[in-house]
Amino acid sequence: MRLLNRIPPEAERLAAARGVLQIRARLLQAIRSFFVSRGYLEVETPVRIPVPALERHIDAEPAGDHFLRTSPEFHMKRLLAAGYEKIFQIGPCFRRGERGRFHHPEYTMLEWYRAGANYLDMLNEMESLMAEAVQAVQGLLQTPYQGRLISWTPPWERMRVADAFRAWAGWDPVAAYDADRFDRDLVERVEPQLPMNRPVVLKDYPAEAAALARLNASNPRVAERWELYAGGLELANAFSELTDPTEMRRRFTQWSAERQAAGQAVYPADPAFLAALEAGLPPSGGVALGVDRLVMLLADVRSLDDVLPFREPLE
Amino acid sequence: MPYTASDLRKGLKVEMDGVPYVITEFQFVKPGKGAAIYNCRLKSMIDGSTITKAFRSNDILDKPDLEEHTLRYSYSEGDDFIFMNENFEQVAIPGSVLGDSKYFLYEDCEVEVLFHNGRPVEVTLPTFVEKVIVETEPGSRGNTVQNVTKPAKIAGGYTLQVPLFVNQGDTIKIDTRTGEYADRVLKK
Repeated sequence: MRLLNRIPPEAERLAAARGVLQIRARLLQAIRSFFVSRGYLEVETPVRIPVPALERHIDAEPAGDHFLRTSPEFHMKRLLAAGYEKIFQIGPCFRRGERGRFHHPEYTMLEWYRAGANYLDMLNEMESLMAEAVQAVQGLLQTPYQGRLISWTPPWERMRVADAFRAWAGWDPVAAYDADRFDRDLVERVEPQLPMNRPVVLKDYPAEAAALARLNASNPRVAERWELYAGGLELANAFSELTDPTEMRRRFTQWSAERQAAGQAVYPADPAFLAALEAGLPPSGGVALGVDRLVMLLADVRSLDDVLPFREPLE
Repeated sequence: MPYTASDLRKGLKVEMDGVPYVITEFQFVKPGKGAAIYNCRLKSMIDGSTITKAFRSNDILDKPDLEEHTLRYSYSEGDDFIFMNENFEQVAIPGSVLGDSKYFLYEDCEVEVLFHNGRPVEVTLPTFVEKVIVETEPGSRGNTVQNVTKPAKIAGGYTLQVPLFVNQGDTIKIDTRTGEYADRVLKK
């Protein structure tokens, strides 16, 4: 028993992580070469920021009189508003209190934004990125993961959130939304039914779950947002970005009130971000991808801990 | 201060509907842009039954009022077992709380007792106690088959499996966590 529970000494653990670190390095290189070849500019924006991005369910880690960023989203949109049309960033993000098999309070995020694109344009680009990156890391378009083979060949299956919920949870959250039931059924009923041997995209979220996505012009009940799943993992989230400052303020006000009522930390609406929206953010698409989870898939390991050799123990 | 969902972790003791529970399994899940779900398996510290529950971020859980005291066993009186506390006051613990542990007590035996709201809920004995076999069939000498056991009784009527070489009148060691035979105590 003692032997089984023993944590290997530092050097042993780090040496065992070599394969995972090599996969990560090859993946980062492939991502960079994909975006550079498509005319994207790699950017770095501040990690330590005065005001964290206000979202309903994301808590920021305080750092002195600043915060650690939960995502680079607002800064990258400030660049879009200033005329940068194609930008990408790979870097650390921090989320307070998120620790589980698929969560770590510090993780690596890839975000990219393109002016003039919508969420479906970004999905096409996501397919091309994965085709190129998986090919570069593994030499083929299939990823063996936990006993299954994930085939990345585009186009991937797209499924409307309303259809997925009607099929597996027995109700339509787009017609009548219930936040608590939506999160619970998503995790307990919908996600377990998603195919494991190929990527699948859930798209067209209920307006209430829009986060920072714009609503569809012809059907304002749905938000132009998608999430990519593969091998049981949620890998990426994308929007047609909300560019309307009035609607943005309205959502900030609502989230602040809800966070206050729930006893969560309330952050001020980021004035620099709102000023950028006022100045004019072009119609844009954006994607955020959890790099560590993608490394998990490519390394065929069960837990995020297995790709983070310096993680703090879970218990 | 009560607990919030973000305090939840394996091993934490919480109270729900007046019952103290210990969290035996814990899993954090969070859908994209959604609210965290804290899946727990909890074991009742009163009757050992387990339940599963999904907590949400704004759930608040009470801290159980738990106290641990070292008590010294004195004597039994009907179905009650009388112990002495640190202040030499008598404390009665019902046999139902002790379970099979009541058979393993001996005079002046020191036990750790967990009290919930002042009520004893869990009694931990020394890991090994010595007891005399009061009744067992004679073992057949020369039987070399391994792992063969026979029933044996200790004072109070508790029956457990012992190796064939253990005889009536022998002293044995019992593992109080399992209630099983651990070793024979050889006479000096």
